[in-house]
Amino acid sequence: MKARVFITLKSGVLDPQGKAIHHALEGLGFQGVNDVRAGKLIELDLGDGTSDSDIEDMCRKLLANTVIENFRIERLETA
Amino acid sequence: MKTAVIVFPGSNCDRDLAVALEQATGRKPAMVWHKEAELPEGTDFVGIPGGFSYGDYLRSGAMAARSPVMRAVKDAAERGVPVIGICNGFQVLTEAGLLPGALMRNAGLSFVCREVPLRVENSQSLFTSAYDASEEILFPVAHHDGNYQADDATLDRLESEGRVAFRYLDQVNGSARNIAGILNDAGNVLGLMPHPERAFEPAHGGTDGRRLFEGLLETVAA
Repeated sequence: MKARVFITLKSGVLDPQGKAIHHALEGLGFQGVNDVRAGKLIELDLGDGTSDSDIEDMCRKLLANTVIENFRIERLETA
Repeated sequence: MKTAVIVFPGSNCDRDLAVALEQATGRKPAMVWHKEAELPEGTDFVGIPGGFSYGDYLRSGAMAARSPVMRAVKDAAERGVPVIGICNGFQVLTEAGLLPGALMRNAGLSFVCREVPLRVENSQSLFTSAYDASEEILFPVAHHDGNYQADDATLDRLESEGRVAFRYLDQVNGSARNIAGILNDAGNVLGLMPHPERAFEPAHGGTDGRRLFEGLLETVAA
């Protein structure tokens, strides 16, 4: 079983990397980009017994810093 | 005083900190590898040095904060043993939950490496008793992720409880309220981005950092 964890900065937290990407996009001539926020994607390959709450625990204890980041878990059924 | 310096893979200021501690205390610190589960018996000061522990993987300080030795450091801090985290050590302390808030990428995105003027905001703490109230001092900084952030309630509490130890006089990295270093609520854990151990002897270009270690020695020995 695989899961994806999306980690994003909480709204209101300044994202200098997102800002730099935004500037670079504008520099390349792309119009109409209102804002850019950069985050992380972590893919987990998990044993069958892993519950949703186990994954949440992983997020809270290590994968995300909940002072500044939110996380969202997406479970992928094995193809 | 029996001191210990924690060493993670990627620490690079551990030797500078060891030299400063040896000069201040007259005794070599124990260098404690991150895989150790315990600190040496009778350790009465712990230093977490600067560097790039675990290559800054995931977030600066995140992996180091979960290493075995940090459980021992947390226990020691709870017993009241003074703990200082400098630069990456500050990041480790916030990631470990020993200090509130987080250190994010510098607002200007650049690595900042220069001497910065600081104001001593609390000269009554275990670590800052050798400084005068509101004294202005110079410490070097060298970091990419030094932008201190916390929610407003936390920042208000830090300020009202005298837990902002040092503040930048100029804008250095985007830190909320120009915070350079903070104390925990018990006052025995200090985290700061600037490097007092690199302003220790005249050859460093300044000696303002020396009093942090000497003051600490006096308060701990007293």
